[in-house]
Amino acid sequence: MLKLNLDTDKINRCHELAQSITSKVNQELVPYGTVAIERTVTRFMGVDGVDEEGVPLPNVFINELANRGKVNDGAALYLANACVELGMTPQQICEMVAARSLDITNLPWHGADVVRAKARELCEESLALVKANRKKRESMLEDMPVTETPWLYVICATGNALEDAVQAKMAAAQGADVIAVIRSTGQSLLDYVPHGITTEGFGGTYATRENFKLMRAALDEESEKLGRYVRLVNYCSGLCMPEIAFMGAVERLDMMLNDAMYGILFRDINMERTLVDQNFSRMINAYAGIIINTGEDNYLTTADAFDAGPSVLASQFMNYHFARNAGLNDGLIGLGHAFEIDPFIQDSISYELSMALMVRQIFPDCPIKYMPPTVHKKGDIFFSHVLDSSFNLVSNLTGQTIHLVGMLTEAIHTPLIQDRYIAISSACYMRNAAKNLGQNLEITSDGLVQKRAASILDETCDFLEHVDEKGLFAAIGEGAFAGVKRYRTGGRGREGVFMKSLSYFNPVEEALLEELF
Amino acid sequence: MARNIEGDPNDFTVTDGPNNAQYKDKQHDSSDFVLPYGDHENDGIVQVSFTLPVEKGALAEEAARQIMRTMGLEEPVVSESSYLSEGFTFFVGYGKLKRPIQISKLKVARPMWDLLEPTEVDKMIKERLGRPLIVVGAATGNDAHTVGLDAILNYKGFAGDHGLEAYSSFRVINMGSQVPNEVLVAKAREVRADAILVSQVVTQRNVHISNLTNLVELLEAEGLRDKVILIAGGPRITHALALELGYDAGFGAGTKPQDVASYLAQEVLKRKSLY
Repeated sequence: MLKLNLDTDKINRCHELAQSITSKVNQELVPYGTVAIERTVTRFMGVDGVDEEGVPLPNVFINELANRGKVNDGAALYLANACVELGMTPQQICEMVAARSLDITNLPWHGADVVRAKARELCEESLALVKANRKKRESMLEDMPVTETPWLYVICATGNALEDAVQAKMAAAQGADVIAVIRSTGQSLLDYVPHGITTEGFGGTYATRENFKLMRAALDEESEKLGRYVRLVNYCSGLCMPEIAFMGAVERLDMMLNDAMYGILFRDINMERTLVDQNFSRMINAYAGIIINTGEDNYLTTADAFDAGPSVLASQFMNYHFARNAGLNDGLIGLGHAFEIDPFIQDSISYELSMALMVRQIFPDCPIKYMPPTVHKKGDIFFSHVLDSSFNLVSNLTGQTIHLVGMLTEAIHTPLIQDRYIAISSACYMRNAAKNLGQNLEITSDGLVQKRAASILDETCDFLEHVDEKGLFAAIGEGAFAGVKRYRTGGRGREGVFMKSLSYFNPVEEALLEELF
Repeated sequence: MARNIEGDPNDFTVTDGPNNAQYKDKQHDSSDFVLPYGDHENDGIVQVSFTLPVEKGALAEEAARQIMRTMGLEEPVVSESSYLSEGFTFFVGYGKLKRPIQISKLKVARPMWDLLEPTEVDKMIKERLGRPLIVVGAATGNDAHTVGLDAILNYKGFAGDHGLEAYSSFRVINMGSQVPNEVLVAKAREVRADAILVSQVVTQRNVHISNLTNLVELLEAEGLRDKVILIAGGPRITHALALELGYDAGFGAGTKPQDVASYLAQEVLKRKSLY
């Protein structure tokens, strides 16, 4: 069986360091809240829809609180108090706020005990729905099992939710186990979640609750037909991480792209905002049984992939511990990496195999997500197809769990339906043809593959020592990750971060903490 | 690769002439009339692949052959038809093109600047201008893709060719992705940019066109358009398209940093009558 000889002490030390780095960050951020989290609480309490100008009601309500300087008490207290006072639902209250016929902060106060109890009660329905969805997924997976690994993961991105559903069903029938709907470019920087079924998008389709519902229904229908449960993925990243997590949880998505640092490094979102939001969104994902996918592929596509090995592994250790801190168990932590080394480097496949096997071995219980080559694909679709085949082989040899199927037309256009068919067919071929090959081979103890892994692990450990010593904020400030420098007070969305007051209350967080820890 | 051009690159004049019979008479002139080469000269063999929204079967195959005929392919052969899903069939086919094109009648994109070595660029700017060129680059609008922009600007560059940051003759401000046009223009004004590089990768529903046009309008409104060299880049950008949109140059797929550096150096010096 393919197995690297890895230094266990080194691995343990990396875990120790990553745990230290991430828990210091979490501790330091305990006093902070964000508007995105408060909007999520509002949604948990049953508020949905938009006002006359198309602004989502959760945004209307939280903006109102922020304008009155009350957001640092949390949304739940004001919403619950108004419900007690007026005998209305949170939705009705928010509609009145939108119509400017109610000053939410100026109602008679019913006392912390009554209001908190009411707030908890108002979240119960959503929490129960999420729990029921988790049960439903489990029972569907039992009735319609996914028997082959790696799971073949493909992307639909027409911009039109209705068309995505057609293409997703088609891809599932061809063999795809997981369907991801890429978001419209730029959605990560919107400080609200668009509403309704959308048919116009750029480079992808807007993530909305209604689009999630539509896609889920389409894939459920196809799953029944195929007798194989088809998983649905979307993006829990950007400025609305926790709100998207809520929507995925109530509409039974199965995976979410959810990286702890991606927004900071690659979207210039404020550090505090991202790190606070990622923690809460991951708690929701944990409760919903949703597998997160981390985005270490981005280190490989922005820097030279050959040199980026240690930053990928370091980021995986940190993403892993941020995830554990948020209550996710190993089975829900889909750490990412990619096949992006320059294919014309001699022995590039050996280096890829080394990294893939190392990640697999260091996180044995995590559903590792392996992403295909993109950077070195150009217009020659035939060569791209060959490159994907090498990727398919390495993925199968090293026992990856989630296999993002590469497209031969990667550098040219969003996949045509035949591109997806050709890619899925060849991935299925390799999954079958190389099924037990890895079980029958061994890594030589003094060869290239073994040496490469050992040196990446060493460098990763040194790198984490440095980050731990500096602290994560300072390390990012000096460009330690992907060469990108960001500062704690910089970046987008910082205006949505606030210091929680002494009376701050978040009934969703309270319930999740109780369930998860 | 899109470099500068003479004439209209869309004007690939297909000659009216020679039909197949005439063509046979002109064997001596064969290098001027070309057809695709498959297995032997002038066999005209072309491979195609496409999907039709027709259920797999004999009818679908006949439809595929007819589609190939509409492409101008004779003797169309469907070598593979695959079931994609209910009502969709994928085809691989071969056919023969019979009508050649005449090479001497074509007008093609041709570079109007010389490709210079990085050291030459640095030397030329230093000696003739005496200060580095200031270049501001961004992926604008909603575009989140910086691979192309980074490849041209960042030190590391692309395929062994270092980016503009590696040149002593360029001062590079890479603003990254999703930069609003207004912010880009403000930055260009602030640093007194010699050149602006705009990268547009996402082209769905032609969003890149309106984005690129909007930037030109903004620069004109701010009175900056004539003060900068404005370049568009991206896999779907051609020099002709860039000119049409009011840019000075467009760089498409396969562009290396050295192409951009050479162009910029010569263009700036030309404008200042130093070249």
